[in-house]
Amino acid sequence: MASQLLRRLIGSRSTTRFLSGAANPCPSLLSSSSSPAARVFSSTSTPITATLFPGDGIGPEIAESVKQIFREAEVPIQWEEHYVGEQIDPRTQSFLTWESLESVRRNKVGLKGPMATPIGKGHRSLNLTLRKELNLYANVRPCYSLPGYKTRYDDVDLVTIRENTEGEYSGLEHQVVRGVVESLKIITRQASLRVAEYAFHYAQAHGRKRVSAIHKANIMQKTDGLFLKCCREVAEKYPDIVYEEVVIDNCCMMLVKNPTLFDVLVMPNLYGDIISDLCAGLIGGLGLTPSCNIGEGGIALAEAVHGSAPDIAGKNLANPTALLLSAVTMLRHLELHDKADRIQDAILKTIAEGKYRTADLGGKSTTTDFTQAIIDHL
Amino acid sequence: MARKSVSVLRHLLTKPLTPAFAAQTRSVTYMPRPGDGAPRAVTLIPGDGIGPLVTNAVEQVMEAMHAPVYFEKFEVTGDMPRVPEEVMESIRKNKVCLKGGLATPMGGGVSSLNMQLRRDLDLYASLVNCFNMRGLQTKHDNVDIVVIRENTEGEYSGLEHEVIPGVVESLKVITKFCSERIAKYAFEYAYLNNRKKVTAVHKANIMKLADGLFLESCREVAENYSGIAYNEIIVDNCCMQLVSKPEQFDVMVTPNLYGNLVANTAAGIAGGTGVMPGGNVGADHAIFEQGASAGNVGNQNMLNQKKANPVALLLSSAMMLRHLQFPSFSDRLENAVERVILEGKFRTKDLGGHSTTQEVVDAVIAALD
Repeated sequence: MASQLLRRLIGSRSTTRFLSGAANPCPSLLSSSSSPAARVFSSTSTPITATLFPGDGIGPEIAESVKQIFREAEVPIQWEEHYVGEQIDPRTQSFLTWESLESVRRNKVGLKGPMATPIGKGHRSLNLTLRKELNLYANVRPCYSLPGYKTRYDDVDLVTIRENTEGEYSGLEHQVVRGVVESLKIITRQASLRVAEYAFHYAQAHGRKRVSAIHKANIMQKTDGLFLKCCREVAEKYPDIVYEEVVIDNCCMMLVKNPTLFDVLVMPNLYGDIISDLCAGLIGGLGLTPSCNIGEGGIALAEAVHGSAPDIAGKNLANPTALLLSAVTMLRHLELHDKADRIQDAILKTIAEGKYRTADLGGKSTTTDFTQAIIDHL
Repeated sequence: MARKSVSVLRHLLTKPLTPAFAAQTRSVTYMPRPGDGAPRAVTLIPGDGIGPLVTNAVEQVMEAMHAPVYFEKFEVTGDMPRVPEEVMESIRKNKVCLKGGLATPMGGGVSSLNMQLRRDLDLYASLVNCFNMRGLQTKHDNVDIVVIRENTEGEYSGLEHEVIPGVVESLKVITKFCSERIAKYAFEYAYLNNRKKVTAVHKANIMKLADGLFLESCREVAENYSGIAYNEIIVDNCCMQLVSKPEQFDVMVTPNLYGNLVANTAAGIAGGTGVMPGGNVGADHAIFEQGASAGNVGNQNMLNQKKANPVALLLSSAMMLRHLQFPSFSDRLENAVERVILEGKFRTKDLGGHSTTQEVVDAVIAALD
């Protein structure tokens, strides 16, 4: 009871301390690795509650995989499972119920499997609902080459941080006259500062040396110019981190020729979408890429960005790597670094060994075999 | 009989050995009209940065080939407010221009001269041909992509304003007129160059009206070309596929911004921007330049050591020669460049070698037949 109060106290103090959406509880309050908050978080008597959205299609199988591995690794997380409803909840205008969203707001961490957006009108898409309701403003994708899974690029190790709320995806379009359509791209100081702050904070917290802002300010002078100005302002507060600005076409070219030139990339919405998918392609596709959405108030919702693959649903063939690596990202956010490292090492070792690989990686194992192999490697 | 075979044998053995890559010398079947051999005037804009270095390379090679082309050179730099009127006059008269590279200054104020040239001459199609060159090792094989990009509207309309301090809006404009003509150009290109597939790149799941209009125009034009396959791909998936399976793409037609990204990505996977030819074309004029420049005109270091790669501009000038209807000169130039790259002795830094621009040019001139 006392430890629960303590946890809530430290939790709330740290949320009010940091500027919108810093990843870790306030660094000044705690020392780095053996942080008391983490110890409080991870004390076995009070496990952390996290929301789990298994999702559709292969979602439930891979979520089961995650739960198993976490259990074996003795990760102090208690899952609160929520499913997408059958009917539209009028309070959220979508198939996600108000209770699900409240659960994420309360727990501050969540893991989401792939969700298929139901077709039809009169409701918001599920991803849009989550984004708007939880104010998820940054999408973080660490992309690193998986040893043992050979792609054409072997030494990728970068993180893409994408602004998730505005930019070209504001959805503000209209037809001016027949045959002429306008679409608005909006950049605000507030949103740009927020994502830049998060990017530098992330870089510092994870020991990254360089942050590159990707833009097209030579053509879109005011919009991307504002984004760059905000990035520069934040860069001044972090003198240890090298800051550079790269034009997006140059960035694309450099990424495909030599991805080691980049470390942390921060970008507005559209460029972020394209570049993060490009980077996912460099390491082997969306089936292996972890992703995490950061929201206001320190919310972190890790998700698997691949589709729900309805054709292999229920057949025990799915590859749980993306969801597992996303769950590891979630653990790092919770400062459970030792557990995160253990699980990540186990996953990488299993893939590197090559004995147990699911069909999409060129092997023949089932989901359960792959999961068991990871557990054996823990 | 034995004497004859000995002499035949001697003749065969003394015949100069043709290089491993032998250009088939066949009789040229192009039948010109009388007077087609008269030299054509071409406007030449060396530009800034490495521009003058590479355009000089082209001039030298044209001299060496005695190509029926003469250049009207004009000095234009990226920081001028507008392209000088005399240059525009010259381009309008000659209809064809070769450009080195014009830098686009960062920050507010000056709008890009490249954009201005494209708008004033209505060069609505930008074309980049990204392909693997023989002898040049890259991580991807079997790449042969042509990216055709709408060049006048879209995200680069330059219509921005500050709503209130701290909130800026930028307009992306898509019109049926422009989308239709770029789609028509893409399919026509595919038809005339024996290409099998056209892929439209878009983000219509998010930008439903704008990219939706673009796709609608592409679909309409596709119906007139039943021999050419047509499909659509979302831009983020497209970039992912480009880095993993680029052989699935043939001709790609895109709006302005995506075209920029896709062209640079495709250029990167096939060998870099130093070797990809391209140009901008409109109904009446054409400007040939390095295909994908990744937004820069080289750095000072490259300029000082004179190590810029002239291959891209040489291949673009070969495209220009074909555009001017001098196909055999074009063939000769392309073969010479291919030979030099295949041999691998003279390569600039971006291709992994140490040569200077001049050395590459000399090698190309030596390889001309």
